[in-house]
Amino acid sequence: MGDAAIAEGLPIVAAGVGVVRRGTRVLDAIDVTIEPRARTFILGANGAGKSTLLRVLHGLLAPDAGTVTWGSGRSRPAGQAMVFQRPVLLRRSAAGNVRHALALRGVRGSEAQRRTDDALSRVGLGEIGARPARVLSGGEQQRVALARAWALEPEVLFLDEPTASLDPPATRAVESIVEAIHARGTTIVMTTHSLGQAKRLADTVIFLSAGKVTECTDASQFFASPHSSEGRIFVEGERL
Amino acid sequence: MDTISQSFALALSMVAHLDARLTQIVGLSVTVSLASTLCSAVIGLPLGAAMAIARFPGRDPVIVTLNAAMGLPPVVVGLLVYLLLSRAGPLGAFGLLFTPTAMVIAQTILIVPIVAALTRQVVEDAWAEYREQLRSLDASWWQSSTTLLWDTRWSLLTVLLAGFGRAASEVGAVIIVGGNIDGVTRVMTTAIALETSKGDLALALGLGIVLLTLVMALNVGAHLTRQWARARFG
Repeated sequence: MGDAAIAEGLPIVAAGVGVVRRGTRVLDAIDVTIEPRARTFILGANGAGKSTLLRVLHGLLAPDAGTVTWGSGRSRPAGQAMVFQRPVLLRRSAAGNVRHALALRGVRGSEAQRRTDDALSRVGLGEIGARPARVLSGGEQQRVALARAWALEPEVLFLDEPTASLDPPATRAVESIVEAIHARGTTIVMTTHSLGQAKRLADTVIFLSAGKVTECTDASQFFASPHSSEGRIFVEGERL
Repeated sequence: MDTISQSFALALSMVAHLDARLTQIVGLSVTVSLASTLCSAVIGLPLGAAMAIARFPGRDPVIVTLNAAMGLPPVVVGLLVYLLLSRAGPLGAFGLLFTPTAMVIAQTILIVPIVAALTRQVVEDAWAEYREQLRSLDASWWQSSTTLLWDTRWSLLTVLLAGFGRAASEVGAVIIVGGNIDGVTRVMTTAIALETSKGDLALALGLGIVLLTLVMALNVGAHLTRQWARARFG
């Protein structure tokens, strides 16, 4: 992926972003920047607004206040993909799910087949591409979702607690796939409630508390000495 | 009591021996109802999917109207189609009244609301699950509809069977626009109505048995297909 592609939809800049849901301010005056190539983790307690911020940055949710710009544009670019907490797979084979996503982006024929086979083998599902996706195990389903994202060759990949309902081996598999996708040059933006996972993977941490950003800092610095009291409680809490 | 058991025995033997009159009537019934089911699939499936996904002012009243139209009285539909197709009507020039085509038109009007309303329900449930994922993949409105229709194909099979069942078993519309002409527009339901009033209970009962068996077999088939699909595709 060349620098020309990077220039298209990055950096992602949220300025003064606010989201109100049923009278409650879910996000309040958020100013964050997603830098190219980095692995940015959005951390915070349940209900802090992590998933909402992720959706705003991906362009799935229009903010009620403020703006989001992708590169120089105000409309969401095509070079993005997202993996959800519960993998949403179609009633088709695993390979069919990947091919469907490619077809939506206009990739068909032998090129689609090549990218499908490649993505499935990279997530370790090369053997079971023909199996119906929705009867696979939870961990395998999430890997199909990752293969689908991989095949799209996105410049940014958003992941919303992708390991929240997986056991440790499946979690490790997902983490190493995310690492492999990042190694290829894809920018990663991910939410998690696992501090250990953030420590293993994050370059940058955005810490949310009650819809506000209390820290946006280098990961190693955040885990060593969080600035905000909320961040400290979060990091300390995990140590107890 | 004697008449009933005699008629029943005669009816069974007609069914067993594939009586010519009986098979002709059953054949026409199935052909007409299949044709109207096909027509309502072509109209009702996209319409239902569109209603599930589209958001426009006045959507709720349209949905309520569509749901209410599932209960359209067949005789009223028959009357309206009769008026359209009769010599003096706007489509009178085509000479379709009292032909199987007229019956297909009437049945299609009758079951399009069933297919569309049930499709909307099925697709809307799927849309709730897939909406974010499809938007994330930049699926257009049209791509989302076709994706959802294909993904719910096994549920939609049951929807189409519900439409076919209604078409095959209604009598009010086809008797008005078809005219119940022997060998031309006589179907199972109109024949049962006529033969019963004439006192030919055996033919009426025989047709009744075939009609019930057909409806039952279709539903068993649909049920098994869905079970298989659920085990196979999740």
